[in-house]
Amino acid sequence: MKKLMIGNEAIARGAYEAGVRVVCSYPGTPSTEITEFCAKYPEMNCQWGPNEKVSVEVAFGAAMTGARALSCMKHVGVNVAADPLFTAAYTGVNGGLVIACADDPFMHSSQNEQDSRMIARSAHIPMLEPADSQECKDFMKLAYQLSEEYDTPVFLRLTTRLAHSRSPVEVGDREEVGVKPYEKDTMKYVMMPGMARKRHVYVEEREKRMAKDACQMPINRMEIRDQKLGVVCAGVVYQYVREALPEASVLKLGLSYPMPDDLIREFAGKVEKLIVVEELEPVFENHIKALGLSVSGKDQTGLQGELSAAKIKQCFENGEEAPKEAQLPARPPVLCPGCPHRATFYTMKRLGLTVFGDIGCYTLCALPPVALMDSALCMGASVGMAHGAEKARGKEFSRKAVAVLGDSTFIHSGITPLIDAVYGGASTTTIILDNRITGMTGHQQNPATGKDILGDPAPQLNLEALCESIGAHVRVCDPHNLSEFNQVLKEELAADHVSVIIARRPCALLDKTKKETCYIDDCRNCGTCMKLGCPALQRKKNSVTIDHTLCVGCGLCKQVCPFKAIKGGQYE
Amino acid sequence: MKNTNIIIVGVGGQGILLTSKILGYMALDMGEEVKVSEVHGMSQRGGSVITHVRIGKNVHSPLIDPGEADFVLSFEKLEALRAEHFLHDQGVLISNTQEILPMPVIMGNASYPISQPKGKETVLLDALDLAELAGSGRAVNIVLLGVLSRYMEWPQEKWEAAIAACVPPKTLETNLKAFKAGRNA
Repeated sequence: MKKLMIGNEAIARGAYEAGVRVVCSYPGTPSTEITEFCAKYPEMNCQWGPNEKVSVEVAFGAAMTGARALSCMKHVGVNVAADPLFTAAYTGVNGGLVIACADDPFMHSSQNEQDSRMIARSAHIPMLEPADSQECKDFMKLAYQLSEEYDTPVFLRLTTRLAHSRSPVEVGDREEVGVKPYEKDTMKYVMMPGMARKRHVYVEEREKRMAKDACQMPINRMEIRDQKLGVVCAGVVYQYVREALPEASVLKLGLSYPMPDDLIREFAGKVEKLIVVEELEPVFENHIKALGLSVSGKDQTGLQGELSAAKIKQCFENGEEAPKEAQLPARPPVLCPGCPHRATFYTMKRLGLTVFGDIGCYTLCALPPVALMDSALCMGASVGMAHGAEKARGKEFSRKAVAVLGDSTFIHSGITPLIDAVYGGASTTTIILDNRITGMTGHQQNPATGKDILGDPAPQLNLEALCESIGAHVRVCDPHNLSEFNQVLKEELAADHVSVIIARRPCALLDKTKKETCYIDDCRNCGTCMKLGCPALQRKKNSVTIDHTLCVGCGLCKQVCPFKAIKGGQYE
Repeated sequence: MKNTNIIIVGVGGQGILLTSKILGYMALDMGEEVKVSEVHGMSQRGGSVITHVRIGKNVHSPLIDPGEADFVLSFEKLEALRAEHFLHDQGVLISNTQEILPMPVIMGNASYPISQPKGKETVLLDALDLAELAGSGRAVNIVLLGVLSRYMEWPQEKWEAAIAACVPPKTLETNLKAFKAGRNA
C-alpha cells in the first residue's frame, strides 16, 4: 500500500519497520515530526529528552545494551550532542544507533545554516542522504544494517525540503529484531586514553573498509545519459538536478560519507565535464578535488541558501532569470493574540531594559512593533551572556538588564549558566517565560508540563524548587497582571542577588475554549494599545478597532488603555 | 504527460497545510504521482505560508519554480499578489477577496496594496462569506478547494472522500457544504 508521507513521517515509519525500540529526541524544526510520528507506534519507547546531548546518551545507552535506537534533532542540535557523538564513533554500538539530523538551508526556522556533512567527516560517522520520502524509509532500514555491520553510529541527513515534502511511500511490516545480548566490554565502551587509542585505529580501518564497500552499494549509483556533462549530487538536490538538467549523467550519492572514491573516478572517466551540485559547503567538491580530478560547481551555486531547478538552470545552462516576487508589504510571523510573551515584553520595554534573548516564539519580539531584544545566539545563551555582561560592565549594568528564555529552553541549557551566575556572585535577573509547553516547534511536552509525549501524566519538574536549590531568589508572577509584574521586575532588578522570575501563563493556543472578546467604546485613538502589536487590533482613521475573529479576550489592551475605553474580555 | 503545478498560499492558521494534504491524498487516490512541499514551524504564527503541489508522472523536484505554476490558490488577497509570479502565462489565479492586514500595515508603516491579483484567468470570490454560510469561517480553505476542483477532471465523490479522509470528523459536514459552495460558486 502506498501512503503520502512527509519525509519525517517516512523516517518514523522506517524506524518502526527496522525494529527500533527506543527513541529520544529534542524538538527542533525541521526534525520535530519524526519523533511525534514515532510516538504513534506503541512498539517504540519514545520520549522528549531535555536536550540533544541527553537524548543521544539515552539512545546510545539503549544501543550499547542491545536495542536499536534513534535520536532526532535539527542541525544545531548536533552541536549540543557532539560530545557523546564524537566518542560514540570510537566505541561503536551493539544494537544499531541512528542519528537523524535535519539541516535548514536558507534558515526557514534556524539561527545558522551549518552543514552537518562537515560534522560527519570530523566525527568519522557515516552519513546517509535520502532524496524523497520512499528513500527516507528505505535508508532508515539500511542505516540500522550498516550501523550493526560496521559497528558505528550512523547519521541520516535531511534538509527542510525533504523533511517537509510529501511523496508516496510503500509501507511494509515491522521486523522484530529483538534486543541483542549485552556483554561487558571495557576495551570497547570505557574510553580512557589506552582504550581510545586502540579504538581510533579501528575507526580509521572501518572508514577505509566502508569507503571501499561504498563503491558497490546500490544507493551510490551512476545514471549514464548524455556524457558531455556529469553531475555529482545527493539528497533533494538530486531531484532539482533531474528537473533542471534532464539529459545530464548523474552520480547520485546515497552514502555521502565516506565517499566512494573509485566510483567517483570511474564516473569522472565517463563524462567530458564533471560538476558537483550541492547546497551549503563545498564538501563533495573539495573531496573530489583532493582526488586530483577536475571539477567545479561552488563557484556557480554559492554557499548560501537553497538550490532549486530554476537556480541550477541559471547556473549551468545560462537559463533566464526567473520572474520575481512583486514589492509588497511583508507579512512576518507575529505573536498570537493572547500570547503571554506580549505582556512580559511590554513591561520590559517600559523599563527600558537590555534584553539578552534566547530561542523560541519570543525571539519574534526582536522585530517591530516590540523590537526589544539585544541578542539571540543559541539555546540557553541568554543566562550566561547576562552574567558575562555583568562581569564586563558591573552590577549597575545588571540593574537594567535581563536574560529571557522559555521553560523548555531553560531546561535544555539554562540551568548550568544559572548555577554559574550564583557561583560567580552575580546579581543578574532571569525571566523564565513559563507558558507550560514547548511552543515554537508546535506544542511538545517537556519535563515541566507534567505530561509525556502522548499527553499522559508524567512526573512534573518544579521550576521554583529547582531554581531555589541552585541558590537563586525566585518569584512567580502572571505577566498579564501588568502592575504586579512591573513591581516584581523592578524589585528583582534592584536586588543584589541572582533572581529568577517565573512569568507563568499558558500559551494562548493551549486554551481552545471560546472566550468573551474585547470591544472598544468611545476610543480617543491615542494609539497606546497599538504598542502591544496585537494582530487583533487595527488602527483606523478615527479609532482603533478589534477584530473579533482574532481576539481571544485576554484583556491586555484593556489594561493599557489610559481612557478605559476597552471593555469585555477576561481580565478585570 | 504534462505535470500539474499548484501553489497554495495564505496566512498561517488558514488551513493551507490541510488543503495541500487533501490535494495530495486525492492525487494519489486517482493513481497519480504527487509531491507536496510544505514549510512548518511558523504556520501558527500568522506569517505568509506557501505550499507547492505537483501532480504527474515526471515530477522530480518538490518545488515549483516561478513562472511554472498552472494554478495559484490563495486564501488572502495580498498573498495572491505575492504569489502571482509563480504563474506561467496561461495560469489560473483563484483568490479569496478577504484582506488580512500584515503587521507593517497594522502599525501604519505600509499600506495594503490596492491592485487586484490576476492570472490569464482569474477567479476572485468572498470565500469567507461562503464559508460562514456553510457553517464556519474556518472553512475558507475548503471553499477555495471547491473552486479549484472545477478545473480538475476528478469526480465529485472522490473529492468528498478525500476531504472525509483528511478533516476532523466533527467538521466534515461543514467542510462538505463549504466544498460544494466553492464548486458551484
